[in-house]
Amino acid sequence: MSHASPPVIPHFGTASDCVLANRPFCSDWVRAHWQDTLGPALVQHVELTAIAVAIGFILAGGLALFAHRIRRAEQPIGVVATLVYTIPSLALFQILVPFTGITTTTVEIALVGYSLVVLYPNMAAGLNHAPADVVEAARGMGLTERQILLRIELPLAVPAVLSGLRLAVVSTISIATIAAFLMPRGLGYPIFVALRDPAPFKTEIYAAGGLAVALALVCDTALVVASRALVPWTRKGLAA
Amino acid sequence: MTGTAAEIVFDNVSKRYPGRSSPALDGLSLTIPAGTFCVLVGPSGGGKTTALKLINRLISLDEGDIRIDGTSILDLSPVALRRGIGYVIQQIGLFPHHTVGENIGTVPKLLGWPAARIRERTEELLTIVGLDRADATRYPQELSGGQRQRVGLARALAADPPLLLMDEPFGALDPITRARQQDEIRRLHREVGKTIVFVTHDIDEAIQLGDRIAILGEGGRLAQYDTPDAILADPADPFVAAFIGEDRALRRLALRRLGDVPLLPFAGGGPSVGSALTVRNAVSLLLEGGFDRLTVTGDAGTPIGTITLAHATSLLQS
Amino acid sequence: MIAVLFDQFQPGTFIDALRFIGDNPGFLGQKALEQIELAGAALLIALVVAGPLGVILGHFHRGAGLAIGTSIVGRALPSLVLIAVFLTVLGIGFVNNMVALAVLATGPVLTNAYSAVDGVDRGVVEAARGMGLSRWQIITRVELPLAAPLLFAGIRIAAVTVVATAPIAAVAGGGGLGDVIVNQASYRLSGVVGASLCVMALSAGVWIALSSLEKVSAPGGVGSVRVRRNHHKELK
Ligand SMILES: Nc1ncnc2c1ncn2[C@@H]1O[C@H](COP(=O)(O)OP(=O)(O)OP(=O)(O)O)[C@@H](O)[C@H]1O
Ligand SMILES: [Mg+2]
Repeated sequence: MSHASPPVIPHFGTASDCVLANRPFCSDWVRAHWQDTLGPALVQHVELTAIAVAIGFILAGGLALFAHRIRRAEQPIGVVATLVYTIPSLALFQILVPFTGITTTTVEIALVGYSLVVLYPNMAAGLNHAPADVVEAARGMGLTERQILLRIELPLAVPAVLSGLRLAVVSTISIATIAAFLMPRGLGYPIFVALRDPAPFKTEIYAAGGLAVALALVCDTALVVASRALVPWTRKGLAA
Repeated sequence: MTGTAAEIVFDNVSKRYPGRSSPALDGLSLTIPAGTFCVLVGPSGGGKTTALKLINRLISLDEGDIRIDGTSILDLSPVALRRGIGYVIQQIGLFPHHTVGENIGTVPKLLGWPAARIRERTEELLTIVGLDRADATRYPQELSGGQRQRVGLARALAADPPLLLMDEPFGALDPITRARQQDEIRRLHREVGKTIVFVTHDIDEAIQLGDRIAILGEGGRLAQYDTPDAILADPADPFVAAFIGEDRALRRLALRRLGDVPLLPFAGGGPSVGSALTVRNAVSLLLEGGFDRLTVTGDAGTPIGTITLAHATSLLQS
Repeated sequence: MIAVLFDQFQPGTFIDALRFIGDNPGFLGQKALEQIELAGAALLIALVVAGPLGVILGHFHRGAGLAIGTSIVGRALPSLVLIAVFLTVLGIGFVNNMVALAVLATGPVLTNAYSAVDGVDRGVVEAARGMGLSRWQIITRVELPLAAPLLFAGIRIAAVTVVATAPIAAVAGGGGLGDVIVNQASYRLSGVVGASLCVMALSAGVWIALSSLEKVSAPGGVGSVRVRRNHHKELK
């Protein structure tokens, strides 16, 4: 797929002047390769991200509830999460290879790990957002501990959880581009392919990169809109 | 715990927090008759909040027993006990993610009332505490401090509990709002006739509100438990005397209105004052104007008696 | 399930990886230095450009949109995309990677600098103004010390981001430990894993070093306040 080194591009048949000259952006190439390259990469990228964030969300939620119950666990878990967060993604992907091979599993384990450690601190902090007096009033009115969790603490954690989710989705989209170094999946793959060439094909980099950025911004905006609907009590800029 | 009011008995109650050298409460025995407005007052750290939270088991009892209408609080589950007790705290603790209406309806909902009845009760309570029905759909953050305090009160009253616990509910309010809230809680007490246990560290508030006042001193000791008048007339010890202040005679006179005390027969002379005036204010007028007497007039403006400084003094002896 | 998951498990790789590290300390050390050099240059650029900008915007309580927008867009820019894009503009080599990483570091530095200074208690600033401090004195003696914890946190996040991203720069001639990680053909999996372990240690080390530095240098009281929840959970 070394479509960028003119003049000979055997399996590309006829290339436009724009492609041959490697001009900054050749929309004809994008149109021609939406079906076989960009579209599938986008879909794969969404899949990688969705699975990682979903699993990470469940695990982080479980951990946060656990830490909320057993307060002593909160800090150690937080420290481990921070350390995992500092692991460079390229390194983590490679370190997992001896365990699970060059597979989607490897990629997902790493991505789940990152989304988990982004989500956990936000969830843990969110569960502590309920002010002490609110919890005391609830207990004084005869809410059981379970009701306090379900009706007071969890709803009040929603804003923090949502902002954690925004971070997790956006950072997972970003890290998933690097997963393509390991295997040909996601929007990072066309970029790596282009970079392999001594004269990288610009259109491919810009198109795939632009899609990744757009995907992140769209998801981020969608979550902002969703959070407006989910936390009506903070409307009009009223702090909860 | 049914009916409109409950009797509370503290039976030799002690509480010591772990890691503290002195007890927060020390052998407290106290009977609060049903329907009483009882104020717990005392200096900071005297154990007032502790005593209050022991009643609804937010704090566990070390020693002794507390009975509500003869039933030990230990015989009820904390949750069931608390649902039968209204609880108001200084920070109010309204649920920020619930509207005013939802906040007020919390306990009725827990008790499984039908939605229509909850709505009806919410509207009734908003009126009782002096809020607008339209406020039900607002969020607590959209209210002023005084309004929030009213919602807190309405929420505590929602399921019509026979007992109301209030911990410095007006502590954070400005003096004018505070005075208005005090008037309203008195009125409410007269109307609904519940037992109220009210904590404050402000002796003026205690005198103004309480049918009975319990003064808790350092180390959780009950220094005196009596009516405001009796405490002012006869402080049990120097601690109480210091706590209620040197002007206790005037404070006592402030408790009574001219229409409620025996007056000297009408003898003419001096300016006229209404019978709703407190004796304290009458004394103030006498001193200010250098008068030797005031004529007290009744509702119709007809003279009903006379008051002099000497007579006011004699009222303190009774 | 677990068996399937680990059917490719090659424990020997880790032993080989450790051996690789043991056999090539000089080489790996030199690569690590290259990486620190690249990351340090990028961080420095970000600090010089975004730090003062954030502080000034925060001081005037202006440009919240710019600061927040920068952080949102900054987070949405995948590091690989930045590196690849700058490569097409600046050509392969140190400069392109340095610029890409500097852009990456700009987000946290700018946002934290802005919100740290913007968030300084206005009452304190007003009191300082009332005492006759000049604008410059207010910034340097009041706002910066009070904003320091959040500012440092931004620098720490930026530093780790840059160090952790630097290996990716190897695909664009960036040098550093990434050179080994992306070159399995020459170094085999054991070398790749060995270099990955070094990268991990490097970025964890940077994080820990900067965190400790923060703790030591934090002015008395500032930032050391921890919010604890009031517990009345005696009876449940
Ligand atoms: N949770 C706790 N743990 C340990 N000691 C406590 C706790 N709560 C209260 N105390 C101590 O018990 C004593 C009584 O406290 P309490 O809160 O009942 O006083 P208070 O009369 O309500 O005071 P204030 O007027 O300041 O509210 C104080 O010495 C206080 O420090
Ligand atoms: Mg108290």
